[in-house]
Amino acid sequence: MMETLPLLGQGLLTAMEPVNLLYALIGVTLGTAVGVLPGIGPALTVALLLPATYKLDPAGSLIMFAGIYYGGMYGGSTTSILLNTPGESASVVTALEGNKMAKAGRGGPALATAAIGSFVAGLIATLGLAFLAPWVVKFALSFGPAEYFALMVLAFVTVSAAFGDSTLRGLTSLFIGLALGLVGIDQQTGQARLSFGVPDLLDGIEVTTVAVAMFAVGETLTMASATHRLAEKVEAVKGSVWMTLDDWKRSWKAWLRGTAIGFPIGAMPAGGADIASFLSYAAEKNLTKHPEEFGKGAIEGVAGPEAANNASAAGTLVPLLTLGLPTTATAAIMLAGFQQFGLQPGPLLFITSKDLVWGLIASLLVANFMLLVLNLPLISIWVRLLTIPRPWLYGGILVFATLGTIGANPSPFELGLLLAFGLMGYFLRRYGYPIAPVIVGLILGPMAEQQLRRALAISQGDPSILAGSAISITILLLALFMFLLPIVLRARGRGKVLAQLASDTD
Amino acid sequence: MTGETGKKAPGFDPGVLVIAGLLTIAGAVIVWSAWSAPAAGGYARIGPTAAPWVIGAVLLILGGATAVSAFRGSFPEREPQAFPPMLWIVGGLAAQMLLIKPLGFSIATGLLFAATARAFGGRPLWMTIPAGIAFAFVVWVAFSRGLSLNLPAGPLERLL
Repeated sequence: MMETLPLLGQGLLTAMEPVNLLYALIGVTLGTAVGVLPGIGPALTVALLLPATYKLDPAGSLIMFAGIYYGGMYGGSTTSILLNTPGESASVVTALEGNKMAKAGRGGPALATAAIGSFVAGLIATLGLAFLAPWVVKFALSFGPAEYFALMVLAFVTVSAAFGDSTLRGLTSLFIGLALGLVGIDQQTGQARLSFGVPDLLDGIEVTTVAVAMFAVGETLTMASATHRLAEKVEAVKGSVWMTLDDWKRSWKAWLRGTAIGFPIGAMPAGGADIASFLSYAAEKNLTKHPEEFGKGAIEGVAGPEAANNASAAGTLVPLLTLGLPTTATAAIMLAGFQQFGLQPGPLLFITSKDLVWGLIASLLVANFMLLVLNLPLISIWVRLLTIPRPWLYGGILVFATLGTIGANPSPFELGLLLAFGLMGYFLRRYGYPIAPVIVGLILGPMAEQQLRRALAISQGDPSILAGSAISITILLLALFMFLLPIVLRARGRGKVLAQLASDTD
Repeated sequence: MTGETGKKAPGFDPGVLVIAGLLTIAGAVIVWSAWSAPAAGGYARIGPTAAPWVIGAVLLILGGATAVSAFRGSFPEREPQAFPPMLWIVGGLAAQMLLIKPLGFSIATGLLFAATARAFGGRPLWMTIPAGIAFAFVVWVAFSRGLSLNLPAGPLERLL
């Protein structure tokens, strides 16, 4: 606890350097601009903008990246309030009440409560991250390979089997990702696996290529082939964006409750922002004094889920930074962003690159302030982005998707992979398979294998080391519980709730 | 996966059986690659073939379970799809892949832009192709000059 404040202060000094402020500002602006575009969620926002950070130094790049991440979360809420097709699954819930408010001419207050709620939640949750991280790091320094392997098993289970409408499809997605992770040279023995003599495959399959292919190309194919498109109407923001006293009274508790729900869900390897915002919506619906307004534009139904959404986004950074464990597709892509600089998130990063980590955490606070300014007075600029005609929008999305792919590896082969995985993403979507487990499996699979082999090398092949400590036993039991719970719930006819909690794009 | 799933389409689902077949083939290839790989020498008990064995075997099991689902029809119902727009996009991506080396980023990517716009019912191609090439050229300048990304250059880029 005590060590956080000086470290955070040091980080703020890094974040306030003019050049870093500029990177943060570019990051939040790009993040908001891309996040606002219909059909683009935070995972794709981060994947598309990754190439923009290739040539920067690690600190500048990660600060810009943090801004992109938070900006993408803010941008998504604007889309779902003003347009009834939310750009990210975490904002589906926001659309329930937010779009109704916009239709009733209360779009301004809806955007305001979303932005201020996101700010409050982002502020509290980022401070939560700052105070929780040193504690988790201290704990994690005692972890051996067996504990890491158990944690990764838990992450695999929660991302694939625990939520969504089918354990079979979740596991299939996960194992497709794990199989893709096998491709390339084995890190420990140098043996080539599943490369079929193709030299381009020896380096393995890029996480960003698969993510961009599945989210951008897959989504574009899905939208283009839809036979009946939803009538999309952008609601004009009428009247003031300022909230009335009554709006404030009804919002502030919802913001705090949303934060309290969102942060722990993000911080535990328990799933993404969509789960948090769904639970927050359910809580607000139960606690409201105006139940008659729910479904017709209740402001609590926007305030709570939006706060939960952002708090969970900050919470996701706890396992990502302290353990190197991505629990959502967005976090998996961010991990790939770290790895491009040879940085491996985890407890050691807090020791070896202290300035970098705390500069990053502090710049999240800075980004949050910038986003409040960007999203309240300047909202009308972003709203205009919603009216881009579909042909131009998706043409542009594919231009930037291929740009990112070629920027990472200028070869037609990489574009071939983009097309192949794009088609795969389309068919996965069409048959109801979740995408996030593919991405998480791809990046976490090789890491889990490495930990497993290290653990077994230490024990000279005795598998009992995997359940050799109280910590790893607890984590493995938790994973087993998360695996069996949905099967039991579905057998008892409670599967609908799980289907609504499906982790998809986030 | 936005919540409308869960509706049951009764009966046999051939599309799902194709998926089951693909999973089985993938599993078999991975198991075969592990089986045919040279044995890791030394004291490495868990060598580079252990993970492929397990992942391949699980894919085979998942393929079998998916085949059962195909006959039970337990997958969510699917909306009818229009194929011409998909072909435009796939064609645009393929054209870009083939032309990016000889013609450079701007022309190849401009064609992709125009094909995608066509898939969404945009303006005629004689308008969108030049617009796309101009747009891609601006992007090329911004990213290859501004951010020094290594993007393939062609006749158009060399004019600069």
